[in-house]
Amino acid sequence: MSANMTKIEINNGRLIDAANKLDQVQSLYIEGERIAAVGNAPVGWKADKVIDASGKMVCPGLIDLCARLREPGSEHKATLESEMLAAVAGGVTALACPPDTDPVLDEPGLVEMLKRRAGAIDQARVYPLGALTAGLGGEKLTEMVELTEAGCIAFTNANHPIVDTVVLYRAMQYAATYGYAVWLQPEDAHLARGGIAHDGEVASRLGLAGIPVSAETVAISTIITLMRDTGARVHLTRLSSRLGVELVRAAKAEGLPLTCDVGIHHLLLSDRDIGHFDSLYRFAPPLRSPGDRDALSRGVIDGTIDAICSDHTPVDDDAKNVPFGEAEPGATGLEMLLPLTLKWAADANAAIPVALQKITAHPAKLLGLNSGVIAPGSPADLCIFDSAAFWAVTPQTLRSQGKNTPYLRREMQARVSMTLVGGRVVYTA
Amino acid sequence: MPLQFNPQLGADGKLKHLLTTEGLPRAMIESILETADQFVSVGDREVKKVPLLRGKSVFNLFFENSTRTRTTFEIAAKRLSADVINLNINASSTSKGESLLDTIDNLAAMNADMFVVRHAQSGAAHLIAQHVKPGIAVINAGDGRHAHPTQGLLDMYTIRHYKKSFHNLSVAIVGDVLHSRVARSGIHALTTLGCPDVRVIGPKTLVPTDCERMGVSVFHDMYRGLEGCDVVIMLRLQNERMTGALLPSAHEFFKSYGLTSEKLARAKPDAIVMHPGPMNRGVEIDSPIADGRQSVILPQVTFGIAVRMAVMATVTGA
Repeated sequence: MSANMTKIEINNGRLIDAANKLDQVQSLYIEGERIAAVGNAPVGWKADKVIDASGKMVCPGLIDLCARLREPGSEHKATLESEMLAAVAGGVTALACPPDTDPVLDEPGLVEMLKRRAGAIDQARVYPLGALTAGLGGEKLTEMVELTEAGCIAFTNANHPIVDTVVLYRAMQYAATYGYAVWLQPEDAHLARGGIAHDGEVASRLGLAGIPVSAETVAISTIITLMRDTGARVHLTRLSSRLGVELVRAAKAEGLPLTCDVGIHHLLLSDRDIGHFDSLYRFAPPLRSPGDRDALSRGVIDGTIDAICSDHTPVDDDAKNVPFGEAEPGATGLEMLLPLTLKWAADANAAIPVALQKITAHPAKLLGLNSGVIAPGSPADLCIFDSAAFWAVTPQTLRSQGKNTPYLRREMQARVSMTLVGGRVVYTA
Repeated sequence: MPLQFNPQLGADGKLKHLLTTEGLPRAMIESILETADQFVSVGDREVKKVPLLRGKSVFNLFFENSTRTRTTFEIAAKRLSADVINLNINASSTSKGESLLDTIDNLAAMNADMFVVRHAQSGAAHLIAQHVKPGIAVINAGDGRHAHPTQGLLDMYTIRHYKKSFHNLSVAIVGDVLHSRVARSGIHALTTLGCPDVRVIGPKTLVPTDCERMGVSVFHDMYRGLEGCDVVIMLRLQNERMTGALLPSAHEFFKSYGLTSEKLARAKPDAIVMHPGPMNRGVEIDSPIADGRQSVILPQVTFGIAVRMAVMATVTGA
């Protein structure tokens, strides 16, 4: 690949990056793959291309901590091509994908193949999460060093909690040897067994088997205890409950190297929204009570929760058009992460720059990336959007192969008009 | 999902499907009970038939085993002169990989007018009702733990028959409420009809979380729970729940929550005893009580046919 030294100038856009205290209309200068300057043009600047961002916001490209691309193994639900296009259409320039594919990402060869396939498509940057245990079976550790060399940025057992605490203990110890981060979905397999919805008023009324909040808090307590023993660096994925947030807050106050994220839907929806068994509202972990939802929201604002992710999960109609308890959990989300995060910000009275940090700078830090900011020298991964534009969520407007979203046939505010990755325009509305 | 949307009612406010007793307007429940009054006598006639559903095809779709409920629906449909097709789909289609909605589409293509559905998953009847084309009625004959609305309505019919009004009644529902669709349908029907005192009695392992939010009071001591009751509804305890993590033994369950003459003495002297069947004698109810003067368990079965006829007539607009 020859060095791309194209010079791009983005004018009249409102640049937003809280990390650099940036929130004003200014020009942005890109040279090659990186941002060259903010505000004033570099000496002798002559643009090859000028982009007019009048009336639009310009923020760092979104970084999604969890996007299931469904390859390999579930190409009928989604393909790398469809989901990578969905990513850039949603302003997402980097994403972490969990290893719960078929086969599971537990061997270096599979990771290399995924990186190669994603590289060939050349849109959003893909950061694979390696399996923590072989086949996510919870018994045997994977070759974490080899997997890291192949491109894995952390290790997780995805939504398959490790039942055997000895294995969990050893996995954390082993990962800590090399300083690798361990991402864990806090769910006690026994307490969650057979559960379908949050154990509360709604599940009781609908006759759905409940998943108690204790399934989350017991797991978090175990993980925190093992962190003290092993010194492992842990990132908790998809918190769902008020009590879970409280445990994380206390552990952070204690100084443990613990971080966490929340799925965007859990900030906006609750079990009340399940209505008459609408399977589009089935999530893992389950949507919990309105009180839990509000506590998650406060957790994001006070920094207990580090990042918001889409938890993008394309599911085909056949797996949703079944009784609630048989439906596959999850929602497509890459294209809604930006508008839903802004909707959350408006509902929760959070400033837009603060909200955007939760899907840009903060997840970048968690992944160890130098992107997620607008500063000279950083990668020119950018999202230009119109915060006032509305668009309708329909099977036709969604690029993702998954059309499964609670927001189907609803209107979204904030529309991405252009996405750049490494100084290259990869999407134009 | 707008919560005010009621999937059982048509745009004209009429009952199109019977999926749950929750959210049914009170007048609609009362109208079904009044319609059932007219059908009770049909069973006593020499020719036990009325021609209301002549030419209609009723499909009994049982994805879960049940002889009793299926039979009462079959009798109800036949007394209304409908053609009845019974399908037990435990293993046949689903094991071949056919989805629930594919099965429904195939049967709808055979010009079905009504589906009576039992399924192990809560919400299955809702899914089918939202899927079928207009003109096809869906009656929920039991979905998972969620609802068994015809049982709920026949229980209301029975209570009304013996107690006349709901306004000053105390009704106790006893046993495995957690897994009981009968309990849920009964609770919603009772609160809708204005029953001021609905009590749920059982061990903590068998009472659903936040059960009080359904408008009931919860008791763990059966003696206290039955104090002054007018109606006692006993629930069936499934075999697989009798030992394990929910209960140590059927014997111990009976000791605390089985209906005996000693416990029943706490209720009013004229209290009636109900059970949806099939009964486990000696587990949830003592034989002398099941067969005693306060038991209305067999009349429940008789009324059940009339109530199911009334429901079928109502949803088809006959």
